[in-house]
Amino acid sequence: MPQTLSLQGIDYVILVTYFLFVIGIGWALKRHMKGSGDFFLSGRSIPAWITGLAFLSANLGAQEVIGMAASGAKYGIMTSHFYWVGAIPAMVFLGIFMMPFYYGSKARSVPEYLKMRFDEKTRGFNAVSFAVMTVFSSGISLFAMAALLELLLGWNFTFSIFVSGSIVLVYIYLGGLTSAIYNEVLQFFMIVFGFAPLAWLGLKDAGGWQGLKTRLAAVATHQHFAAGTWTESWRHMDKAADNPMGVQWFGLVMGLGFVSSFGYWCTDFLVVQRAMAANSMSGARRTPLIAAFPKMLFPFIVILPGMVAIGLLQDHHGGFALPVGADGSLNYNMTIPVMLGHYLPPGLLGLGFTALMASFMSGMAGNVTAFNTIWTYDIYQSYFAPGKSDAHYLQMGRIATIFGVLVSIGAAYFARQFDNIMDLLQLVFAFVNAPLFATFLLGMFWRRTTGHGAFAGLVLGTLAAALHHGLTLPVGEMTGVKGGWIEVMHTYPGQMAQNFWTAIYAWLACFGGTLIVSLATARTKSDAELRGLVYSLTPKPAAEVEAWYLKPSVLGVAVLAATLALNLIFA
Amino acid sequence: MNFDLRLPLGLIFTFFGALLSIYGLVSDPAQYARSLGININLIWGLVLLAFGLVMLIFALRSRSRRGPGGP
Repeated sequence: MPQTLSLQGIDYVILVTYFLFVIGIGWALKRHMKGSGDFFLSGRSIPAWITGLAFLSANLGAQEVIGMAASGAKYGIMTSHFYWVGAIPAMVFLGIFMMPFYYGSKARSVPEYLKMRFDEKTRGFNAVSFAVMTVFSSGISLFAMAALLELLLGWNFTFSIFVSGSIVLVYIYLGGLTSAIYNEVLQFFMIVFGFAPLAWLGLKDAGGWQGLKTRLAAVATHQHFAAGTWTESWRHMDKAADNPMGVQWFGLVMGLGFVSSFGYWCTDFLVVQRAMAANSMSGARRTPLIAAFPKMLFPFIVILPGMVAIGLLQDHHGGFALPVGADGSLNYNMTIPVMLGHYLPPGLLGLGFTALMASFMSGMAGNVTAFNTIWTYDIYQSYFAPGKSDAHYLQMGRIATIFGVLVSIGAAYFARQFDNIMDLLQLVFAFVNAPLFATFLLGMFWRRTTGHGAFAGLVLGTLAAALHHGLTLPVGEMTGVKGGWIEVMHTYPGQMAQNFWTAIYAWLACFGGTLIVSLATARTKSDAELRGLVYSLTPKPAAEVEAWYLKPSVLGVAVLAATLALNLIFA
Repeated sequence: MNFDLRLPLGLIFTFFGALLSIYGLVSDPAQYARSLGININLIWGLVLLAFGLVMLIFALRSRSRRGPGGP
């Protein structure tokens, strides 16, 4: 297969300069790493605009960029639901309602909050499952990158893995979380500046928004949907059969908008860790809110190119084509790489390609920093070596960084060899994650929730997710890793609908289980112990002296109003 | 923390901006056929340059306010 991209001298200059800067930032921060608090928590000293952009960037791995463009091609503007329904409301909720407990409790991690609020076993369950999940995610990200570079540029798989793995290792080893956060901000700007020209040129080529609409109407009718299906996000959601995503609005709003999205944004330590590094309570609360503004606009950079690609593909405008797989289906994941090669001349291509590399590395670095913290504080310090000196834990953090990167590299090779097992692992993680938000919601807002209740709820929710998955199947799929491995009792119109309902059932089981077991067991924590951990027992955060436009509530309302407007404009 | 992120951000984007705009001026116009005839290197290079310089100005201003060496 011919290479999709060919890089020239100037492109390599940009790529290498970027790598040198990334390592340079780690080097410059090395002398600031005096204790474990500096390494794992950035000494809680980072301004909110930086933690905010890092919060966004840590989530902006390459799978996100590539996957959202692919969804834009496959499903059109409905993909924006992953942002305007499935991200912004949860980010606002985290900033306004949950950050006061995470930050105010002085917990050093999300599992540690669970330990303070509930008990050891709840923390252990969360810490171990998260630690395993996060190194595997990092490995999958590494695998995806090396596989893509092999395909695009013919680079050797092992060479790609070791170069990018080493760069991430070096800058985190030197500068810890601060280094990861600073680099994530740099990555954020690289991604914006690297991909924005793609969206601009693509849209221009398609004949502007009106031209794109006409092209996408042809795409939609060709696939036997109503003409506006690719350009109207809400109008074709009354029935799952009316849209290519195969979802109905209720399943989407509850499954994605409520359960999955709040479960991810509000409880995943990978993102919450960024907010915990902020220099004040107000800064911590503003972190997800500051992130929400660019997040709201990201569909224009990552989804729009996918929509343009499918529109141009319909009549092969300008010779545009996506690679076709062995079974004749289009390889949508190649949307971004193909567009980079199609539109960008040498020079800007280097910038776009570097942005792609940057997003792979930010995904991996986020996972590694979350892993080394959970491992050191929640597993090593709690179960293996309590009461050691701070320098000892700092040293362990550095060792865990090396260990985490090595395991990621191992996982990347594993993923290359046994992609089915990786699918299975990701499925199990999805089961563990699905119910989490119910536990946090009850824990933070109902003081009667007990440790036994929380633990039982988590186990029940995970089991419910597995059971639902084992009993249902998306239409046209084989039983197995896609579902139906117990018996097919119900068929969903698509995998997306199945995922949303798996999440909904898991959440309900966890919520119900936690409620009932909490009522049946005695409280182990007194009101005094729960001060700062539960809403009704915590004094309102003292109004810090700040301008009105810095107030979390003002920012939250503003971003929600803007998101609502976007939903209405593109409804 | 005594480390202003705006400084490295300013440096790298000023460099990228200058590099791309100069390359845009000297490179063969034929290669811009794929970017719809727009000299995207020059235009986007100037955008990056402006962003980089703004970051640098802010970083240097706050540095000079704190005095050489910083607190």
